[in-house]
Amino acid sequence: MKFTLSWLKDHLDTDAPLDAILDALTRVGLEVEGVENPAAKLDGFTVARVLTAERHPQADKLQVLSVDAGDGPLQVVCGAPNARAGLVGVFGRPGAAVPANGMVLKVAAIRGVESNGMMCSTRELELGEDHDGIIELPEDAPVGAAFADYAGLNDPVIDVSVTPNRQDCMGVRGIARDLAAAGLGTLVPLTVPVVAGSGAGPDVRIEDAAGCPAFYAQGVSGLTNGAAPEWMAKRLRAIGQKPISALVDITNYLTADLGRPLHVYDRATLSGGLVARAAREGETVEALNGRTYTLAAGMTVIADDVAVHDIGGIMGGAHSGVSDATTDVIIECAYFDPDAIARTGQKLQLTSDARQRFERGVDPAFLDDGLAIATFLVLEYCGGTASGVTRAGAAPLGTRRYAYDPARAETLGGLSIAAERQREILESLGFAVSGDWQVTPPTWRRDIDGPADLVEEVIRIEGLDKVPSVPLPRVAGVARPTATPEQKLERRIRRAAAARGLDEAVTWSFVPEKHAALFGGGAWRVANPISEELKVMRPSLLIGVLAAAERNLRQGAEGVRLFELGRRYLDEGGAPRERATLGIVLAGDRRPRGWREGKAAPFDAYDAKAEALALLAASGAPVDNLQVMGEAGAAFHPGRSGTLRLGPKTVLAAFGAVHPAVLKAFDLSGPVAAVELYLDAIPAKRGAGGFMRAAYTPPALQPVRRDFAFLVPAAVTAEALTRAVKGADKAAIVRARVFDVFTGAGVPDGHASVAVETVLQPGDKSFTDADLKGIADKVIAAAAKLGAQLRG
Amino acid sequence: MTDIDELKTHLLTAIEASAALDALEAVRVEALGKQGRVTQLLKTMGAMSPEERQANGPAIHGLREAVTNAIAARKAVLEQISLDAQLAGEALDMTLPVDVPAPGTVHPVSQVMDELAEIFADLGFAVATGPEIEDDWHNFGALNIPETHPARAMQDTFYIAQPEDSADAPMVLRTHTSPVQIRTMVEVARRHAGAGAPIRIIAPGRVYRSDWDATHTPMFHQVEGLVIDKGITLAHLKWTLETFLRAFFERDDVVLRLRPSYFPFTEPSAEVDVGFSIEKGKRVIGGDEGWMEVLGSGMVHPRVIAACGLDPAEWQGFAFGCGIDRLAMLKYGIDDLRPVFEADVRWLKHYGFAALDVPTLSGGVGTAA
Repeated sequence: MKFTLSWLKDHLDTDAPLDAILDALTRVGLEVEGVENPAAKLDGFTVARVLTAERHPQADKLQVLSVDAGDGPLQVVCGAPNARAGLVGVFGRPGAAVPANGMVLKVAAIRGVESNGMMCSTRELELGEDHDGIIELPEDAPVGAAFADYAGLNDPVIDVSVTPNRQDCMGVRGIARDLAAAGLGTLVPLTVPVVAGSGAGPDVRIEDAAGCPAFYAQGVSGLTNGAAPEWMAKRLRAIGQKPISALVDITNYLTADLGRPLHVYDRATLSGGLVARAAREGETVEALNGRTYTLAAGMTVIADDVAVHDIGGIMGGAHSGVSDATTDVIIECAYFDPDAIARTGQKLQLTSDARQRFERGVDPAFLDDGLAIATFLVLEYCGGTASGVTRAGAAPLGTRRYAYDPARAETLGGLSIAAERQREILESLGFAVSGDWQVTPPTWRRDIDGPADLVEEVIRIEGLDKVPSVPLPRVAGVARPTATPEQKLERRIRRAAAARGLDEAVTWSFVPEKHAALFGGGAWRVANPISEELKVMRPSLLIGVLAAAERNLRQGAEGVRLFELGRRYLDEGGAPRERATLGIVLAGDRRPRGWREGKAAPFDAYDAKAEALALLAASGAPVDNLQVMGEAGAAFHPGRSGTLRLGPKTVLAAFGAVHPAVLKAFDLSGPVAAVELYLDAIPAKRGAGGFMRAAYTPPALQPVRRDFAFLVPAAVTAEALTRAVKGADKAAIVRARVFDVFTGAGVPDGHASVAVETVLQPGDKSFTDADLKGIADKVIAAAAKLGAQLRG
Repeated sequence: MTDIDELKTHLLTAIEASAALDALEAVRVEALGKQGRVTQLLKTMGAMSPEERQANGPAIHGLREAVTNAIAARKAVLEQISLDAQLAGEALDMTLPVDVPAPGTVHPVSQVMDELAEIFADLGFAVATGPEIEDDWHNFGALNIPETHPARAMQDTFYIAQPEDSADAPMVLRTHTSPVQIRTMVEVARRHAGAGAPIRIIAPGRVYRSDWDATHTPMFHQVEGLVIDKGITLAHLKWTLETFLRAFFERDDVVLRLRPSYFPFTEPSAEVDVGFSIEKGKRVIGGDEGWMEVLGSGMVHPRVIAACGLDPAEWQGFAFGCGIDRLAMLKYGIDDLRPVFEADVRWLKHYGFAALDVPTLSGGVGTAA
């Protein structure tokens, strides 16, 4: 919302300097977004009279002028054809910067003649396009005066951000009222002219009383729609609006001045009376912005017998708009339902100054006055004669009263303010306060919705910065963890991953559809995505990090170890389910080439398995009980991937080499390993929450190591073999681990030679040779059940 | 000089002169072997009379001990010389490079979330979370933002696509973490049958708005705080925000400026500006050379409290919210928002945090550069 200082002073009688006004605006909640004085760039330009003009001795097209800028004659070289003795124009002194090009004027010789400044054209001062000659001011313009002052341009333009609740401040008068309440001056009483209309009012009526409860109108005939008065045009220009014609400018001016949108119809274009009715489905109207809108049933419109002429309260129609030829008009001052306006505006995606005000709720008690002011201005600047006023319907005044306890300022707002001071503030804002503190908000404050709002009004005018700082009482009792087990798990895994050399990425939750498809497709799509790249809620945590890995490798990274901790967005019976998930991508070189290990090595599926197990261990998952199974998903290499499960159903992680087709889709080459770890599947730690651990003493006797080498059929996995070995004597064998796998010479086809190391832990007495032989026999027998033969 | 003395001098000289272990062994055999000269002397003692033994015994034993010790000492010297020689031959170039696995990093946004949790834990705030795909009621309705409210235009909402024939309001990507406040209040009201209970939470998390320029991303992180209790006022809010920001930036000179503003879900509402100063050409929080808008806040609107099933006549409190990404940028000197979500490893290594930089009250909730 923009306005000028002089405009504000029409409504606010104040001596306060600009800075004080700006401070107060922000202090009461009207945040100043900018202030600009058009005069600033005209500093150094003064009204001056050309005393003499003579031909330049060295140049035909130049003249040497003697100029009086208020302090005696100065010699100035000028090339303008209209420069002549007696002309009063605008003179730029040395040191002044020309607005159009920023050039700083200085004393200089032009073709050998000294020039002490410049006589300026309209374009040079950015006041218009004219550059045919220098500016010619009236004879009586005061020589020596600052040009900006003379031209009335010394009027700062203030831009404030009006929050959506403050419709009343979408007019200069509302802003003045707030400032007056804040002690910055006195609100100038609004003069409402009495317009003596004659005869019947225009034929207007209401069919859609819900959308348009009130439709007031007055006709003016025999008018001339010329240019708006200069004072009005100047103000509109200052706030960035282009003056169009007196009729249009008057409505625009009142919209900005009083927050009261109006509409003017050219009577000659209408057939029959005007009716506020619900639009019919598919009806179209060409609006004043030149675009044609197709309306939906239920939108409120103003129409005549033939066509729609106004998208009610949002934008007028082109057909019935006023022109230079307009002589008879109907001035509309209506009240539109805020919710209906909002819905229509949203649906048509059409914003306007009128919509902004109507959807926030204009003052329902200001229809007669608004219409009178508008008609008065039309008569004043366009002539003509006014008809009577037609008043169809009535605006809902929505009178509310709240019982208010002045103590609330302190008990809610934290600031103690004397009751009388609160009364004074409320009254200055237009509230009616009864002796027993029944408070009635003014009709223009639709936003007031209970005592909490009254506290806000009082505090913001008294000064929010006066609210003291009072410590929040400490919570009673002993400090307990404030994080939930899930949050603690996330923190542990995040830092464990970082400790293992992985870099944490944070990537978009929405991904391209084609990437989601590689991971089974996304269950949730954004209806209005910002781009195709950010469209589908990710079904996997790997998508963002795979894309990031590709970018990093392209930028020259050798080994990329990325992880991200976030959510996957799944569908569970039609409802979203967001699962906390960790995604890891290992791409590029696992190890650079080096003098110790030789060539660089890529990552493989076992690297992914190691990360998965390490992080599951860090998260407290029972890693010794996990089983490796298949079905890691289509995104993984079918033969080089797996899942880690706790029991057959609970999948804690999927790991492996990424499927070549997925790599291709991400422009990745070479093997890439990945892990997806499902945090919500990890069982919570047991232990009933206490700090006590189970009693434990390390065994006193030394463990014994025994190695076994088996010929194993290829179908038997290492895990099956070690599980069998370990299960052969659960009491004695505490560990079984494959330490060598060999195929080739001496090993039959379809088999592998697998060496298993076992660790046997004696209990309270050492193993005898017979014990050891017994254990070995059991191991061999257990392995044999799987088809594994002890190698001789 | 007796024979024994002579023998002793001879053997000790020979031991000292041994240049290698085998030479020393030869001397040992000459002296202490079965036929050795010292062994022979010891054997003669058996045939001696007690008087002779008394006279010669100490000298003979002394000889044996001296020789034995000398051999042991010489042996240690020779072994050391031999080991030194062996090690000298094993020397390697210790300047050759080794692989030091690069440490991983924690993202600044995560780090700051942990910092916030720590600071607010000290004030008794628990951390609450909720879904990112939200329904209209939790994201808007319960927060006093009906469909036609102009405030909806303040938040460019992403909607979730739904079947054309659906009559339900579309789900949204939450535009703030306020729905977590709603869920918390509803849960508390349910658990205590509307009687309510004090609430102190912060709700950090991802939020979404359809906006993308130099200072906005369509996804970002927000932390909101909520206190519901009896007798909570704007003055407590001010203290809480002051305390939080001072702890976060670890500066006593953090000053706040509360400005009246508007949020549908708070009343009164306040924007909070934080004072900054210019240090080495950069804006640094602290001091009051200028103001920047950092937080939105206010007293929870009675309608919001009532919508959650609590009695607004009994319970009141405050809420606030601010951008975590922004806090991270301000604290750690990250000038550009764009790389925050690009996962460029070079950026992560530079702005990320070590795994062990865990924010704690005793060790500091910030990590020095």
